[in-house]
Amino acid sequence: MRHTISVLVENKFGVLSRVSGLFSGRGYNIESLSVGETIDPATSVMTIVTTGEDLVVEQITKQLNKLIDVIKVVDFMEIDHVEREMVLVKVSPRKDDRTEVLQLAEIFRGRIVDSGPTTYTIEITGDEGKINAFIELIKPFGIKEFVRTGKVAIGREGLKKAK
Amino acid sequence: MKKSGAEILIECLKREGVKHVFGYPGGVVLNIFDVLYDEKDVQLILTRHEQAAIHAADGYARASGKAGVAIVTSGPGATNTVTGIATASMDSIPLVVFSGQVPTLLIGNDAFQEADIVGITRPCTKHNFLVKDVKDLAQTVREAFHIATTGRPGPVLIDLPKDVTAGSAEFVWPEEVKIRGYNPTYHGNKYMITQAAQMIAHAKKPVIMAGGGVVLSGAAKELRDLAEHAKIPVTMTLMGLGGFPGSSKLSLGMLGMHGTYYANTAVQNSDLLIGIGVRFDDRVTGRTEAFAPHAKIIQIDIDPTSIRKNVRADLPIVGDVKNVLKDLQKALKELKEQQWGAVRNAWLKQIELWKEERPLSYSFDKNVIKPEFVVEKIYEVTKGEAIICTEVGQNQMWAAQFYKYDHPRRWLSSGGLGTMGYGFPAAIGAQFACPDKVVFDIAGDGSIQMNIQELATAVINKLPVKVAILNNGYLGMVRQWQELFFKERYSHTHLDTGNPDFVKVAEAYGAVGLRATKPEEVEPVIRESLKIKNKPVFLDFVVDWKEKVYPMVPAGASIDEMIFEEKEEKKEKKLKAVK
Ligand SMILES: Cc1ncc(C[n+]2csc(CCOP(=O)(O)OP(=O)(O)O)c2C)c(N)n1
Ligand SMILES: [Mg+2]
Repeated sequence: MRHTISVLVENKFGVLSRVSGLFSGRGYNIESLSVGETIDPATSVMTIVTTGEDLVVEQITKQLNKLIDVIKVVDFMEIDHVEREMVLVKVSPRKDDRTEVLQLAEIFRGRIVDSGPTTYTIEITGDEGKINAFIELIKPFGIKEFVRTGKVAIGREGLKKAK
Repeated sequence: MKKSGAEILIECLKREGVKHVFGYPGGVVLNIFDVLYDEKDVQLILTRHEQAAIHAADGYARASGKAGVAIVTSGPGATNTVTGIATASMDSIPLVVFSGQVPTLLIGNDAFQEADIVGITRPCTKHNFLVKDVKDLAQTVREAFHIATTGRPGPVLIDLPKDVTAGSAEFVWPEEVKIRGYNPTYHGNKYMITQAAQMIAHAKKPVIMAGGGVVLSGAAKELRDLAEHAKIPVTMTLMGLGGFPGSSKLSLGMLGMHGTYYANTAVQNSDLLIGIGVRFDDRVTGRTEAFAPHAKIIQIDIDPTSIRKNVRADLPIVGDVKNVLKDLQKALKELKEQQWGAVRNAWLKQIELWKEERPLSYSFDKNVIKPEFVVEKIYEVTKGEAIICTEVGQNQMWAAQFYKYDHPRRWLSSGGLGTMGYGFPAAIGAQFACPDKVVFDIAGDGSIQMNIQELATAVINKLPVKVAILNNGYLGMVRQWQELFFKERYSHTHLDTGNPDFVKVAEAYGAVGLRATKPEEVEPVIRESLKIKNKPVFLDFVVDWKEKVYPMVPAGASIDEMIFEEKEEKKEKKLKAVK
């Protein structure tokens, strides 16, 4: 099963390596990891997407909690939440495909953040389904470069998904 | 008044009640050593190797229950501590290790004697720190001791750049420590505890499995109360020895790979297994799918990660073992039905039968010394009151099997990491912690050579530590596996021709060396060693090299698939079946 885990940590030197070292040392998977400061500059949030059997993920969250610099761990599997990821795609379509690419970007509420003589750089934000769908559709037009941020997630208010 | 970083550090140690520090000097810790030069309350004990300094601090901690402390220099001094720190980490031993570091401005430049010790020890410490500003020093030391000694204990390292100990600041002692990411659970969930009481009351064949957590949490008395009240037999892991009196009728001795027949058999037949302060290490469980197949499992541990890591837990209780056992005892006493005694009698009787069927045993020989016999004699002569440290290998297993530990903190052995070279320096640390106790290191001829230089430390400090070398001329435990599983191909396990004369080695350092080559010499030599009160003694017991540790559960087998000493053909057959 794939889990999105949010880890609130002390914004201290070495924290990232404590967390990533935990994953590598114990043989856990990391699919993506994104880190950023919170409103309080003394803390950061890491959003980690990992896969594993239930018992493994249980260990992962417990092991994370055990790190002294980790303040809070939330496994979004149990919680109704919003997930977002951003990708930047640089495409170089043939001349007659350019309009179609622009339309596609628009359908996906993408933004053109840069354009060159033969390229567009498109920014797309969304959940995994949307991003993957966009990638599939844009691929045939020729992707030159591609970067994604990794997921971030936040809980929804009021609703709790039953486990 | 401002103090130097080095002065602040020593002041912090005093506030933490530290009397003994094990260490080794070098360039970047000169400031600290300079302060120690006139220091009266904190004594630095110079070991002859940094690894030994950590093991000594570890032995000190295990024997006393207080944090062990060590100070070493940067680079090689720091990297030499890694085995010691990993040893303590695996066994949850509270240590605070100070390593010197190159000045902050040089960090990252591959400066002379620079090593990223914070990076290197990250996976084998409970936590570690790099102090970048002398103003943070006191706070960091306070936090380090707090983290090392509370919750599930463990080693903490503080890296101290030279400019931090050379710098100066106002000394401010933080009275309180609060770390928002660190809140161990000390009390077990009430509902779970009443559930556990119910399960105990209804069990017909319960077994308690006590681990290092019992010793660490100081719960020996609570465990005994519970076991005696509810009439539950107790088996111990290697780390749990002494957590319950080994000479009690309810004791099953150690379980696992070299556990007793009756402990392993009882666990495999039990209907309720109560794991207390254990992590179900593979040396204990054997093949996990076949472990305690008929039992419901209650697991009590302060560390949630220990629960359901290796083995299922039907009822987990997270909390400090001592507190949970107290609450559990109360819950049991509140139960209406208290007639489990009658039910238990059948079970206890069955266990007695298993004990009679196959007690721990060896074949005495009047011509050659059996290593088990040496351990037994040490037990008799010291009346079970000594602190026993061990090295690793057969010596360790015989020391676990043939000495009965009735009290916690008298058994000091590297369980999790299995570190050869641990026992002797640990014995030195233990002797500092308990100057009035008899301290033995039960050693192998291989292991003792891994920290034999510590003879100097013991001699200089007039420590009457006794090292009983079960000298079989082999890396015996490895040889045993080669005999049983590698067709007696003794690849690189023969030591005999390269072994030094241990008596002469001891004498060369100014210690006493004694030797026994015949069974009748064993007891007199032990008695002789006990008369020596101001020097370490090496006791070289030349033992039967062929002796093997039994019972034995082959790797990957279930713990009731034990092989025993007698009945050679049957043993062979069993082995083949397992393979
Ligand atoms: C530092 C270290 N290296 C290697 C091992 C693997 N090992 C386990 S037991 C053993 C043999 C120990 O020999 P000795 O000290 O003579 O003890 P004996 O088994 O003969 O009693 C070895 C090499 C270890 N546990 N620790
Ligand atoms: Mg040997």
